[in-house]
Amino acid sequence: MSGFGKPLKIALGLVVIAGLIVVPMNFNRYGLFILSQWAVMTIAAMGLNLTLGYAGQVSLAQGAFVGIGAYAAAIMTTHGWPLPAAIVVAIVLSFAVGWVLGYPALRVQHHYLAFVTLAFSTLAFLVFRNESWLTGGIYGISNIPRPNFFGIATNKPLPFYYVCLGSLAIVSAAVWWLIRSPWGRAFMALRENPLRAQSLGIDTRRYTLMAFAIGSALGGVAGALYAPLTQYIDPVPFNLSLSLDLLMMVIVGGAGFYFGPFLGAMIAVLLPEWLRFTEGYYLMLYAVAVMLLLIWSPTGILGIVDRYLAERRTKAASALRAVAKSRLETAQ
Amino acid sequence: MSNLFDLLVAGLATGAIYALVAVGFTLLWQTSQTINFAQGEFVMLPAFLMLAAMHAGAPFWLAIILGMLLSMILLGLGFKLLLVDPMMRHGVLPLAIATMALAIGIKEAVKQFFSAEASPFPSIVPTGDVSILGHAVSLQSIGVLVVAILAVVGLTTLLNRTSLGHQMQAAAQNPTVARIIGVPVERMILLTFLINAVLVALASLLITPIYLAKFSSGEVLGQAAFIAAIVGGFNQVRGAIAGGLLIGVLDNLAASYVSTQYRAAVPLIFLIVVILFRPQGLLGRAEERTV
Repeated sequence: MSGFGKPLKIALGLVVIAGLIVVPMNFNRYGLFILSQWAVMTIAAMGLNLTLGYAGQVSLAQGAFVGIGAYAAAIMTTHGWPLPAAIVVAIVLSFAVGWVLGYPALRVQHHYLAFVTLAFSTLAFLVFRNESWLTGGIYGISNIPRPNFFGIATNKPLPFYYVCLGSLAIVSAAVWWLIRSPWGRAFMALRENPLRAQSLGIDTRRYTLMAFAIGSALGGVAGALYAPLTQYIDPVPFNLSLSLDLLMMVIVGGAGFYFGPFLGAMIAVLLPEWLRFTEGYYLMLYAVAVMLLLIWSPTGILGIVDRYLAERRTKAASALRAVAKSRLETAQ
Repeated sequence: MSNLFDLLVAGLATGAIYALVAVGFTLLWQTSQTINFAQGEFVMLPAFLMLAAMHAGAPFWLAIILGMLLSMILLGLGFKLLLVDPMMRHGVLPLAIATMALAIGIKEAVKQFFSAEASPFPSIVPTGDVSILGHAVSLQSIGVLVVAILAVVGLTTLLNRTSLGHQMQAAAQNPTVARIIGVPVERMILLTFLINAVLVALASLLITPIYLAKFSSGEVLGQAAFIAAIVGGFNQVRGAIAGGLLIGVLDNLAASYVSTQYRAAVPLIFLIVVILFRPQGLLGRAEERTV
């Protein structure tokens, strides 16, 4: 996203953040719910973007990790534990399961990996549905409490929206730091050329597992926020289509772009809502919109921006070259 | 043991349908690197096209022909020209995502324009049982098996015995060389899309009388076909057939010998084991890694 001046970028960022804090203040209950959902899904999509966009490992199981986080949070908070403790457990649990799921990635790649993770996703759904002693089975878990922070209850939609937004801010900062750290560079090396990365001394085995584990842990965080957001969970939202939706968010926003998941989640969560006035047609229009977008730009929305900026840079560079050349000629 | 025999027959019948769908799936992968996540919806749609033709007053046989033709136009030609062609050169993943969106689109369109309820669908085989080796076997199972076997034999004959089939295989295995020796590669790819459309329409015709026509019925079927294709070998037609039959039988055996709750888990665990220990599939060739 270079090409804009740095102060301009910071100003734009501040305006967006201020907007996200101020504008929803007079939103109704449903609007706040949708916006909170956007924040939660963005966190999950950011995790998948790390695994897929930066480290190049296809995963169709992110929805299962959202489920794992959601059930961990639901079970713990209904038993009187505070939400932050539940989030920690959700992170540890998803990290561990994600690490194990990474092992197949050491053996198989691309579509084979996609199918292993797809199978895992469906298996997780079966466990959520069938182990009713733990998960409540098809009846789910209801009356999930929302937390108190520093004595402030977040039962109302607006305070809880700020909890989601605040969590998104923390996760965003962590991911921003991570992709600039040596780890992030190792992930990208893994995506671009695993063999070359290995010959440069990067422990590809460890980083592949790490990419899965960290990405999955963020899925767990999203789940741990999802449970108190809806206050009722059952297995249905965590079936395979959530994993497919999250994958769609990452690709549509732009895989491997930092801001991709924000935009992708916006399209996947908000666009169907904006299209609701078309009643029965809204999901159909949404599907068509996604297909048209991908035909136009297979690298997603940020791919379009990236191409435009690259083009402008080339033009600017060739203009500079022309000027320099004419100066040389006049000097002669 | 009579129970086992019945389960095997029922399993082979469902497996034969999975095999048809899985074969189409592998054909698309081989010729154009398309992972079609809408394959299950492709099976669901033709039944509704046939139902629509019947609502318009066409007799069943005419509805079948119209459904097949429409399926070839929409799911074969339209799918290739409008979605696959513009996206093929951009790699596997964006196209796979686009087919996921297509799956949502087809489901919602059927729900909106036809019905959200399950509709009954006439069977091409009369109901009833015949006795084989002292076991009552439903005519439906036999009909499904016969039609599926005929389709598979027809397809393999086309692929292995005719010049057209050889050209198709050449186009799939090495498009560049195929082009050099004068194979019309583009036309061959289009042909595989049309064949896939016929296969899914056929599968639709066979499976819908058993499970009813419903907008959401493609989800389970599509996943079963995926698993079949991968277990058998992603790059082999005979692998997909074997995988389909295997998954069909496994599914039916799991339904009665494993708990009904975890019945669906058996093929999935089998899939994971196969991918981890024999990623090329039971009958597949290994794909080479390039640096």
